[in-house]
Amino acid sequence: MSLQVAIRAKRFGPTEVLRDLVFQVARGEVLAVLGPSGVGKSTLLRIIAGLDTGFEGQVRREGRLAMVFQEPTLMPWRSALDNLRLTTGVTAQQAEAALSRVGLAGKGALFPGQLSLGQQRRLSLARAYAAKPDILLLDEPFVSLDQALVADMLALTESVIAEQRPATVFVTHAQNEADRLATRQMVLAAQALA
Amino acid sequence: MSGVALSNETQRADGRGTNAVPRPLPEWAVRVLSLSGLLAFWWVLAWAKADPMVLPGPQTVLPRLGAEAMSGALWHHLGATLWRVAQAFVAAMSLGLVLGVLMGLLPRLNRWLDPWLVFFLNLPALVVIVLCFLWIGLNETAAIVAVAINKIPLVTAMMREGARALNGQLSDMAQVFGMSPLARLRHILLPQLAPHLAATARSGLSLIWKIVLVVEFLGRGQGVGFKIHLHFQMFDVTMVMVYALSFIAVMLAIETLILQPLERRARRWRDA
Repeated sequence: MSLQVAIRAKRFGPTEVLRDLVFQVARGEVLAVLGPSGVGKSTLLRIIAGLDTGFEGQVRREGRLAMVFQEPTLMPWRSALDNLRLTTGVTAQQAEAALSRVGLAGKGALFPGQLSLGQQRRLSLARAYAAKPDILLLDEPFVSLDQALVADMLALTESVIAEQRPATVFVTHAQNEADRLATRQMVLAAQALA
Repeated sequence: MSGVALSNETQRADGRGTNAVPRPLPEWAVRVLSLSGLLAFWWVLAWAKADPMVLPGPQTVLPRLGAEAMSGALWHHLGATLWRVAQAFVAAMSLGLVLGVLMGLLPRLNRWLDPWLVFFLNLPALVVIVLCFLWIGLNETAAIVAVAINKIPLVTAMMREGARALNGQLSDMAQVFGMSPLARLRHILLPQLAPHLAATARSGLSLIWKIVLVVEFLGRGQGVGFKIHLHFQMFDVTMVMVYALSFIAVMLAIETLILQPLERRARRWRDA
């Protein structure tokens, strides 16, 4: 198992956002996490990523981790190529290949600010791709994009996942995106108020 | 060329040409003209005063400056001051950077250290200098320590602001992708602090050399401040101006040849 999650409870002050969540994700599986906003989807993903350690329970991750964030989250002061190289440790040649994979061939020398929003999203996906992850976390990566771009990025993400077969956790609020990418789906429901 | 054509049209349209937009002068030309204006202002003041003992004009000061440079004394004292400035600058910038970033990132530490910062920010430079000379002795260490202590609180305060504005998402990204602490420092932290560092370095340098002069005035046997003290006691205004002007020139050169190019390089990605 690449990813094992057993969360007993996660609280923000007196408010309990997550309780008794136990699941596993194997390589090649894509688990979609659905649910209304504010239900704790992003919190769950931050816990899985190791960014939030203030919870009861445990998370076991095996192998390399990569994440695609809601925002492209690039280093604006480094070139597209360096954004891949410096974060994942790949060679310039491998970074170049990752850029080609997402349709950004020849754009390696540009700064993120010189790329369109769609290209920045592709670069963010290329970074996750270049990392050759065992675990891939997607935090609503298609939110606030126009329909054409969503279709474009969905297809690209789908082919990248099919190629590398990481254990993927995909947080989204769009059922159609989940149906398209996921092998399993999990719906988070709001906790009943105590 | 289109800009020129447009302004010609404007001139023709209103017949007077008052609305024509002149092409702005290049940066260096503005600097040279502006400094020439200052020189002219000084010359006019000296001419109006007509007493070289009180206010010598450029025609009195510049030959003395030349003679002092030829004798080698100017370079000796400029060098001594510059060396002190450099040491105090490096010490203040590095300590202030570390302290400021820590205070910006750790609110609990900030709560405890903030009153100290306010205390040291309001401690007069002269008090620090006098106490350092009394406690450490009339030596080089005391001079550098005194200047650094004066500057560290300012660097700390400015770096704290920089650290508070850090992008949390980028830090998350760096952590998820397992970037090493050194890589995070170089590629995530320092580029974000660069504008604050540049501003601090520029204001820091001008403040530090002024304090170094006071330190030298009070208790060193060489340097620009020492020479100014010496000529002050002999009421030699010309020599006071020779040393003050030469060091301003050195600082202007450092600003133009080192600090501004560094800042441009750090800003390259914004202008691209």
